[in-house]
Amino acid sequence: MHNSIVLVKQVPDTSNISGQVMKEDGTVNRSKLPAIFNFEDKVALEFALQIKDRTGGKVTAITMGPPRASDILRECLYMGADDAYLITDRKFAGADTLATSYVLSEAVKKIGSFDFVFAGRQAIDGDTAQVGPQTAEKLGIPQITYAEEILDLEKECVRVKRKIDGGFEIVESKLPVLITVLKDAADPRPLSAKRLMAYKGAKSLLELEKLVEGNPLLYIDKLMYEYKNRSLFIPTLTADDLQIDISRCGIKGSPTKVYEVESVVLAGSNPMRFENSKNGMSQLIDILLEDRILG
Amino acid sequence: MPNYFLDNPDVLFHFRNLDLKEITALAEDNYAQASQFNYAPTDYEDAMKNYEKVLEVVGDLSGNYIASRSADVDHEGAQFSEGHVQYAHGTQLNIKELSQADLMGMILPRKYGGLNFPFTIYMMSVELLSRADASLMNIFGLQDIGDTIRKFGSEDQRQEFLPKIAAGEHTGAMALTEPDAGSDLQAVKLQAYQDDEGKWFLRGVKRFITNGNAQVLLVLARSEAGTRDGRGLSLFVCHHDGTVKVRRIENKLGIHGSPTCELQFNDTPAQLIGTRRFGLIKYVLDLMYRARMGVSAQALGISQAAYEEALKYARERRQFGKTIYEIPVIANMLLDMRVLLESNRSLFYSATKCVDEKEKLEEFIEKRKAEKQPVSEETARLKQITKAANLLTPMTKYLLAEASNKITYDALQIHGGTGYMKEFHVEQLARDARITNIYEGTSQMQIVAASGGVVKDVLVEYFALKEKREYKGGLSRLATILKDIRALFLDSLKYVLDKKDTMFQDVAAKDLVEMYSYLYIGYLLLDEAEINERKVFIANRYIVNALASAQKNAAAIKGELFGDLLHADKILL
Repeated sequence: MHNSIVLVKQVPDTSNISGQVMKEDGTVNRSKLPAIFNFEDKVALEFALQIKDRTGGKVTAITMGPPRASDILRECLYMGADDAYLITDRKFAGADTLATSYVLSEAVKKIGSFDFVFAGRQAIDGDTAQVGPQTAEKLGIPQITYAEEILDLEKECVRVKRKIDGGFEIVESKLPVLITVLKDAADPRPLSAKRLMAYKGAKSLLELEKLVEGNPLLYIDKLMYEYKNRSLFIPTLTADDLQIDISRCGIKGSPTKVYEVESVVLAGSNPMRFENSKNGMSQLIDILLEDRILG
Repeated sequence: MPNYFLDNPDVLFHFRNLDLKEITALAEDNYAQASQFNYAPTDYEDAMKNYEKVLEVVGDLSGNYIASRSADVDHEGAQFSEGHVQYAHGTQLNIKELSQADLMGMILPRKYGGLNFPFTIYMMSVELLSRADASLMNIFGLQDIGDTIRKFGSEDQRQEFLPKIAAGEHTGAMALTEPDAGSDLQAVKLQAYQDDEGKWFLRGVKRFITNGNAQVLLVLARSEAGTRDGRGLSLFVCHHDGTVKVRRIENKLGIHGSPTCELQFNDTPAQLIGTRRFGLIKYVLDLMYRARMGVSAQALGISQAAYEEALKYARERRQFGKTIYEIPVIANMLLDMRVLLESNRSLFYSATKCVDEKEKLEEFIEKRKAEKQPVSEETARLKQITKAANLLTPMTKYLLAEASNKITYDALQIHGGTGYMKEFHVEQLARDARITNIYEGTSQMQIVAASGGVVKDVLVEYFALKEKREYKGGLSRLATILKDIRALFLDSLKYVLDKKDTMFQDVAAKDLVEMYSYLYIGYLLLDEAEINERKVFIANRYIVNALASAQKNAAAIKGELFGDLLHADKILL
């Protein structure tokens, strides 16, 4: 039996970028982009679920994000996660990878015993690939990045195939361990119809508070009790719940500063023509090699 | 990333206008199951939300996964070697994902692991899935052999077979056809016999068995030695164990992902379903309602896919300095396809609802009878609904399968030469469509099945009510046309009946059934046009065209087109 915690993130769908998405100052206007489940995190969840299929245990998904990130937590429940936690607080806003990994590691500690922490290699909005490794560091556990496959799994040890330049290597680690996975490592399973119907009404504390706001007949405590009873409550952890050092959270705890934003427009310049012959092709290939586009 | 549920406004239109209140209440025991199963709905609104969410999953799987594997599945096909059948790689993945998504027992009760969904929602899923890969329907759609076991089998049999079907661990097949018993199932020979202890065994050969490699086989067999007709046949269920040999799989024109097997039963242990001698006359006939609707859904899915291909190609392909979409002749073809497609869908969901209601009422009545409650009111309604289902099921199968061939034909035509090439998807669709008007009863058999109700004019009261209704604005003109078609139909029917010539009646049946279908579909479209402005266009083209077709049908009957049948030997050199 192995318990897993999966770090998931809701990200703007950068594959659907339109004209209004970039603001004048070059930052992303998130409200114009649909929010989606970061794909590599879904693969990470699939890894955790496969471990559960193999040896049993529990899968818990957690995300740090705004209230609407509950959407992907529900998706985790539909796929098969046993529990899902929303880590949210205004004080967490504007966090870079250092502050994010601090909050996540504290949340992981709070949630409890685990054999694995899984995360996607990186999120498509930041592309840093730092949050996983930094979280492992703060938890004081080993990490295996760029995982492609879990090979052997024993009670206190795991063997993993990970991608490296030009090939792969097989590494072994004691448990607990944090593993970040690549997008091709597994196909996330489809949503289960039964779980979808069972958990479609799952709500986080903030969502329940919204319900109460619009309706004087509802009381938050009663509602929470009712949702918990029906296993439809998505637990929510705030800075207070985690009892953490606020100066290490959010924008305050983030040493990363944007130095300059450059708007790059990719357009062709200096078009060249090559004749349609063997000679022309050679010239073209030479230039491509020179510009390091080929080779 | 297309979702085949969310990207199809017409399917959404039908979903939103489905009134399943009564059906769902009957199926859900007035929502009593919610206390037992966390995925059971608490009320009608909750049930509809469930259906919508699950259809989104089906649409996502269909549009984003199954469709992308369809060409490979077609190319690779199911394989056969050393007595073993293997699905194409893509088919294996499809089944795995559909099982993971809990979709392999959609209409089975929850206590056996099913979703307890209305038949109509299941059929909508089959439509979405068939648009992605028609051959997959022949595996996915066979989950409803589980429904036959549920309805007519014993509790032990249900426990033995249903949970594994619902979990996707086992698939099913209906082994009915034999070399000498195709359309004529009364001629089935496969022998069922009992040993001294009363255990049943099967011996003989079945041919053209769709998904015959399945783990669970429903087999129609002759249990009464010495009999020759349908009353000597019983239905059996058995495991596909070592005594069942797949002798070969067929090399087919289309639906390559679906293995069509020849099966040899060598003293295979089997269990009787229900009562002896009821195999064909009760259980297979009951199963046929759903099986025919399943093939209709498959045909509809193929039609949708072909229409999409044609529209996309017409908008991209440039000739004479413009897209061919801008050429009126091509646009007119596309309009015809679209109207045929949408009218098919209206008929389809009206028919699935009718079958759905029939089945739910049957169960309700059984239950009430067991509780010794009065059922006279429900029985009267069931009688009416059964009449309608007996007409609509074969009519739907006939029209949708033929339409699927027509739409794929025209879609390929719009592609011109490229459509004939393997690189274009429309070629596969045209091949896949071709079987739909053959299996599960040929079109000719569907006409025979539908003609009984047509000749008796079973919808006479329904049409009378419709004729009395007032339709607003432009729709009143269309309502008048439908009255004209009704007059043409009654006139033709009288002509046929007055002749008292069964041969003439047989060949005229096709025209009569078609005329009847114009009326039924015409009124469905009129009703839709009342709530949706865009549908006025669909109703208009359909009904105006229907009048021309009805005139042709009537002329064929009254002009004695079929008189030369008596001289067939002289004409057919």
